[in-house]
Amino acid sequence: MEFKDYYKIIGVARDATQDEIKRSYRKLARKYHPDVSKEADAEARFKELGEAYEVLKDAEKRVAYDQLGANWKGGEEFRPPPDWNAGFEFSGGDGADYSDFFASLFGKDFRAGGAGRASFRAKGEDHHAKVLIDLEDTYQGATRTITLRVPGVDAQGHGVTRERVLNVTIPKGIREGQHIRLGGQGSAGMGEGTAGDLYLQVEFRAHPLYRVDGRDLYLDLPVAPWEAALGATVKVPTLGGIVELKIPEGSGSGRKLRLKGRGIPGDPPGDCYVILAIALPPADTEAAKDFYRKMAQELDFNPRAKMGV
Amino acid sequence: MNTENGLPQFAICILEEQTQLTLADLCRACAVHAERIIELVDVGVLEPLGREPARWRFGGASLHRARMALRLQRDLDIDLAGAALALELLDEIESLRSRLRALGGEY
Repeated sequence: MEFKDYYKIIGVARDATQDEIKRSYRKLARKYHPDVSKEADAEARFKELGEAYEVLKDAEKRVAYDQLGANWKGGEEFRPPPDWNAGFEFSGGDGADYSDFFASLFGKDFRAGGAGRASFRAKGEDHHAKVLIDLEDTYQGATRTITLRVPGVDAQGHGVTRERVLNVTIPKGIREGQHIRLGGQGSAGMGEGTAGDLYLQVEFRAHPLYRVDGRDLYLDLPVAPWEAALGATVKVPTLGGIVELKIPEGSGSGRKLRLKGRGIPGDPPGDCYVILAIALPPADTEAAKDFYRKMAQELDFNPRAKMGV
Repeated sequence: MNTENGLPQFAICILEEQTQLTLADLCRACAVHAERIIELVDVGVLEPLGREPARWRFGGASLHRARMALRLQRDLDIDLAGAALALELLDEIESLRSRLRALGGEY
């Protein structure tokens, strides 16, 4: 198993005082808390941090950990010394999911901490997971097969990860951040207790065309200079298919036009905002260049007039 | 209930669109005693309809908010008022991020 450098994880020196450890832990806990942090590995970091603090905040455990010596490096292959644990007795813990390294030093019982309060009738635990869907799935509603990795225990009592495959109906109109509740799909209950529920938090995969804000969609639409200047009716892709959009005469870049009710379905449905982006035809032939030269001569146009130059 | 690929399929609902969660539902889903949920109402994290706790009805989004506030309080060693403030600021950051994404920026 891998050695864990708890001092490095908490970001303190080996001779740090308990106060220094506490301060550093609290600061990092705020930084990596999974509810606060947007960093991809926040959850793993936070867990590791909690484990490190569990050891270093406790005088007995810290002394025991220090006895391993200062020459270990995080990630190094580690076996506990044969006489390890003699003379130490650890108790307590809150049943969190600790690493093998921690379990080998401070005992497996730690994992099961908090057991013994189970009554004969207890509702099973609720499970929470995230599910990534496409924007199209919420437009039409869809059935997705999702694979969950659930912690379990094998016949020998070791912690293992099992895969669980479910068919989930994505309800039409679901928005980013909302939760799908699957009744009775959490952990089994104890005795007569009912099973817990499974909650799936919905996130959208980045879409090549649309950006999402609540139920509204935003689409950048390239238009030719003459379409913007003279007005035109152009085709626009929406989730529900191609629609025609009338571009008003004299539109500039960045003009926002609304396709009412063309966003994510609901009551009321969201809108699709089309943002015009004027695309310049390339001046890559002599004829095209002549055309631009002619515009320069014939149009009295200073794009920087408002800057006074 | 089984579908073509042999996997079971489940009756589902969008949590946020449920509006009838009771105090007992919330306690069970958060695995806490009623007093803890009442504290969350007192600091304004949750805003149920109905006058007294026995008649309270919570919107579906309350479940996620309650769990988050309780986690922040436990993990960061802060009080519920602090957790409530964090939640409000996180909401604001999320809506700003969402606006920024809609405008085409990165966050």
